[in-house]
Amino acid sequence: MIEILEELILSLADDDLLIGHRQAEWIGLGPILEEDIAFASIAQDETGHAQAYYQLLTDLGLPTPDEYAFKRSPAKFRSAHLVELPNFDYDYAIALMRHFFYDAAEQVRLEALRQSSYEPLAGLAERLLREEKYHWLHAHTWIRRLGHSTEEAHLRLRAAAEQLFPYAWMLFEELPNESAMVELGWIPPSSELRQRWLDKVLPLLEDIGIHLTTPSEELLLPMKGARHGLRSPYFDDLYAEMTEVSSSDPEAEW
Amino acid sequence: MASLDPRIRRAEPELWQLPERPLQPLEHWQTYEVFTLRTRGGHAQHVGSLHAPDDEMALVLAKEQFARRSPCVAIWVVPTSAILWTRPEDEDLFQPATDKSYREPQGYLHTRERLEKYRDRLKPIDP
Repeated sequence: MIEILEELILSLADDDLLIGHRQAEWIGLGPILEEDIAFASIAQDETGHAQAYYQLLTDLGLPTPDEYAFKRSPAKFRSAHLVELPNFDYDYAIALMRHFFYDAAEQVRLEALRQSSYEPLAGLAERLLREEKYHWLHAHTWIRRLGHSTEEAHLRLRAAAEQLFPYAWMLFEELPNESAMVELGWIPPSSELRQRWLDKVLPLLEDIGIHLTTPSEELLLPMKGARHGLRSPYFDDLYAEMTEVSSSDPEAEW
Repeated sequence: MASLDPRIRRAEPELWQLPERPLQPLEHWQTYEVFTLRTRGGHAQHVGSLHAPDDEMALVLAKEQFARRSPCVAIWVVPTSAILWTRPEDEDLFQPATDKSYREPQGYLHTRERLEKYRDRLKPIDP
């Protein structure tokens, strides 16, 4: 049973760890100082969330957060491909749209986890929601503000939304052994969470004139299996950079 | 191919030139003054200023600029342009022409002694 719990918690933790890393790549490059600080701070929060999730496993005698983050083989990661995507040409519309999709999903997941029958997870979700409230406020305020500003902003946001939507959709890929998790009352089915997520993001996007349609199976196919260990083509570079310091001295104490 | 990573390829300085005309709305952000309350019911303290495109974003951005490292239960933001202030050349408004140190806190330092002296004077003299 502990293996099933690990699958669930790693899927939550790995998403936070990698989105934290990708958002942190924006440090010093944000469009304006104030936003740079806010976005970097959100990235730091996400990394903290990952650490708190790994710690739940450490408490059960499994590896430590550092071991999970820095000493795991790629196939053992359970992240969705959305969070592995690089920042490409550093278009802030893409950064904001990923943040918007991701933090809406995180809110939905955390709201559901509050009711989890696995109490340590329910307690942690309650705590993380406090920070998540700000992440979501930051994300949707920007999207609405920019969505109602200029044509350029609208076009860029629309392109970002269309590009990222299939990836975001796959945040809710069915987890390995999901039926057991649902039966144990740990988490609702992914398809149900996806619907709650769609109910949250689609009206806000409609409001700024962005209409998205269900992604085709063909678009989703390359991302299938992410929760089972299939990494995106971008993972290796990300992981090499993320572990560069820790692997330079594996015995170091932090 | 040249890298797209802005940490490697820096923007061309000519892109930073401002146009030779007044800036239009949405081309620049205004500044806001930020105040925080450390405790509920406490008084708001000015903690600094920031750039934001509108009132709502000013609140959103102020939270991470000014409430990260010290206790905070609420934030106020005010457009800097909404604040009226006296001019530096009017600093003399605040300089008294005569000694008004009695109005300052140390002006009250010896009040008790003086009061006691006065009471002593009022005491009826024993026959």
